[in-house]
Amino acid sequence: MLKQMEGSLAVAEAVALCRPEVVCAYPITPQTHIVEGVGALVKSGALENCEFINVESEFAALSVAIGASAAGARAYTATASQGLLYMAEAVYNAAGLGLPIVMTVGNRAIGAPINIWNDHTDAMALKDAGWIQLFAETNQEAVDLHIQAFRLAEELSCPVMVCVDGFILTHAHERVDIPTQDEVDAFLPPYEPVQVLDPAQPYSIGAMVGPDAFTEVRYLAHEKQLQALRLIPEIANVFKDVFGRSSGGLVHPYRTEDAETIVVALGSINGTIKDVVDQMRENGGAIGSLSICAFRPFPLDELRAALINAKRVVVVEKSLAPGLGGIAAPDVRMALREAPLPVYTVIAGLGGRPITMAALQEVFEVAGDDRLPDMQFLDLDYAAVEHELVRARQIRRSGPTAENILKHLGAPALASGE
Amino acid sequence: MSKAQAVAYKQGDYKSKVKPIWCPGCGDYHVLISITRALAEIGVAPEDVAVISGIGCSSRIPAYTNCYGFHGVHGRSLALAAGLKVARPDLTVLITSGDGDGFSIGGNHFLHACRRNVDMTYIVMDNRVYGMTKGQPSPTTEPDWDSALSPGGTGLRPFHPLVIALASGANFVARTFSGDPNGTARVLVEAIRHPGFSFVEILSPCVTFRPDEKEWKNMVHTAPVEPTDDAARAARRIMTDDGFNLGVLYRGHRAPYQPEIGTASVDVADLEEAFLL
Ligand SMILES: Cc1ncc(C[n+]2csc(CCOP(=O)(O)OP(=O)(O)O)c2C)c(N)n1
Ligand code: SF4
Repeated sequence: MLKQMEGSLAVAEAVALCRPEVVCAYPITPQTHIVEGVGALVKSGALENCEFINVESEFAALSVAIGASAAGARAYTATASQGLLYMAEAVYNAAGLGLPIVMTVGNRAIGAPINIWNDHTDAMALKDAGWIQLFAETNQEAVDLHIQAFRLAEELSCPVMVCVDGFILTHAHERVDIPTQDEVDAFLPPYEPVQVLDPAQPYSIGAMVGPDAFTEVRYLAHEKQLQALRLIPEIANVFKDVFGRSSGGLVHPYRTEDAETIVVALGSINGTIKDVVDQMRENGGAIGSLSICAFRPFPLDELRAALINAKRVVVVEKSLAPGLGGIAAPDVRMALREAPLPVYTVIAGLGGRPITMAALQEVFEVAGDDRLPDMQFLDLDYAAVEHELVRARQIRRSGPTAENILKHLGAPALASGE
Repeated sequence: MSKAQAVAYKQGDYKSKVKPIWCPGCGDYHVLISITRALAEIGVAPEDVAVISGIGCSSRIPAYTNCYGFHGVHGRSLALAAGLKVARPDLTVLITSGDGDGFSIGGNHFLHACRRNVDMTYIVMDNRVYGMTKGQPSPTTEPDWDSALSPGGTGLRPFHPLVIALASGANFVARTFSGDPNGTARVLVEAIRHPGFSFVEILSPCVTFRPDEKEWKNMVHTAPVEPTDDAARAARRIMTDDGFNLGVLYRGHRAPYQPEIGTASVDVADLEEAFLL
């Protein structure tokens, strides 16, 4: 049914349609509306047979989900930012144990300095924990990816993280098509765990594995991700048959066929990028874009196939590896290893800085002339950083960077965020 | 002659220019007044005070003071305050927190901070809700308080911070009400002066998400008995009171934690032994 609704509530409805049996959460902006939405559906009776547990932290939230999943229940949680980092140990644990938990991450920056706005630093910090990571471009895709995520997770017995841009998607009111319970039931069979608590066959999980077998267990975790490379497009195809629309899959190419410049990005920024592509195409620019929907497993072959005929690739990413540059860009380079085309990194939108069409177009034009440096920050205030660098060189006790920058820019100090 | 004797400080000397953005009527405004009043009464220089917090509406306090402020991550304020105090034992250290920051996500540090008994004052603005994230139940929330994140209420027994503090070894335990800033300031003066770990629970209404707490002003009353130094007696009294009993409830005599920076020497082999597994 078509509805005009907030992204978070659309995700909540999608999750409820998947009939989770245990939902646990600790609130954090911008995730809160999602789990409150699920809670409201439990309360109204729309979601039956679901234990909703309000826990004392994110570490507890994912740990409860791990326990529930190990006992054979379909388990769901959601978090963002600091909360994802706080549960990091359990994130690895869930993957190592092969438990098919689905978790939404409402992507938000990581402090210090504290910042509640959107970027991808949180998800990127845990990209290699062994979870499948899917990035939604729109709220419709966020809904659809959750439904696919449960099926994917359970077929592979591997946890799946669905990344939804904080505020830009979670708090945006858009028109979304919410499927019916019958449609979802037809697509998502009841959970059949690969590990169950069976009194006839008691065993203990999570015990120590030494050097004799650890590598093999890790190899199998990698192998599982490689299986997901095959399964993700298959599930997206079945989804299309049942629901009548394309969603998910590994990558979404846009006007790439004859493109000389291809822009690669994750998540909602692809909408803006496509608009810029259209605008530049109208003026004769040979440009296209590619949205990475599955970031883990990383679709090396699909990227290579889509990019190899271009003259250059520009990766626009909302995360930074200090001391290296991009986080997604090196993976894209890996897909293009030995290919003779440059891969430029553009760091954009950190801590919620708006990414404008004008700024993107300018950068793509410079890239088109191959005049872009390897790594570039979009809309960086060079004067402000230079001022701070000079200060720090001149004064040993130069003080806290964040507060100095705010003072320099004349911005009032905000007290702590959320 | 110390700075305290040389200069008489006024309450305003401890307030920063940052304008609080709490909701009109929030109890935390009065807590800020009480803290600055207590510091002026003690006469410690603003630059000799560190105010440490985590995240929450209540945790905004450091930015509103003229002291050294530190916003840590959610739930970690006690641990980082302990680090700061052992590195700079000369500073007066206050930690300002909420019932979510302090008792849910930071709950474990609360137990160990009481045990460790570092000389600092822990001020928790208890409003029985997560204010900053807009109204979810905390460990001190009543079991039947309904919210989206606890459909039909949590059904859980509320946490009893004062008794837990006593059981864990806090050296000073008190309860006050934000709506009585003079009384709160008096208790804070005592708490700050008392050696070791002092815990002051301030009932501070969240008028936005718990409008029912506006009634607290009619429910609070002064503790009808003298403070005791017997933790078991204090615990019994606190467990059987109505939760609105105000005043200093316990004064202990445990010696505060004494940092011995630079004297520890541990054998690597012993360490390996201790940390096997
Ligand atoms: C790791 C982490 N999880 C969640 C949050 C979101 N969060 C910020 S403040 C808060 C609760 C605040 O409640 P409380 O400490 O009672 O303070 P109040 O706002 O009521 O004063 C939460 C859950 C966060 N900042 N970090
Ligand atoms: S939400 Fe509640 S605790 Fe936060 S400022 Fe408003 S009244 Fe105070």
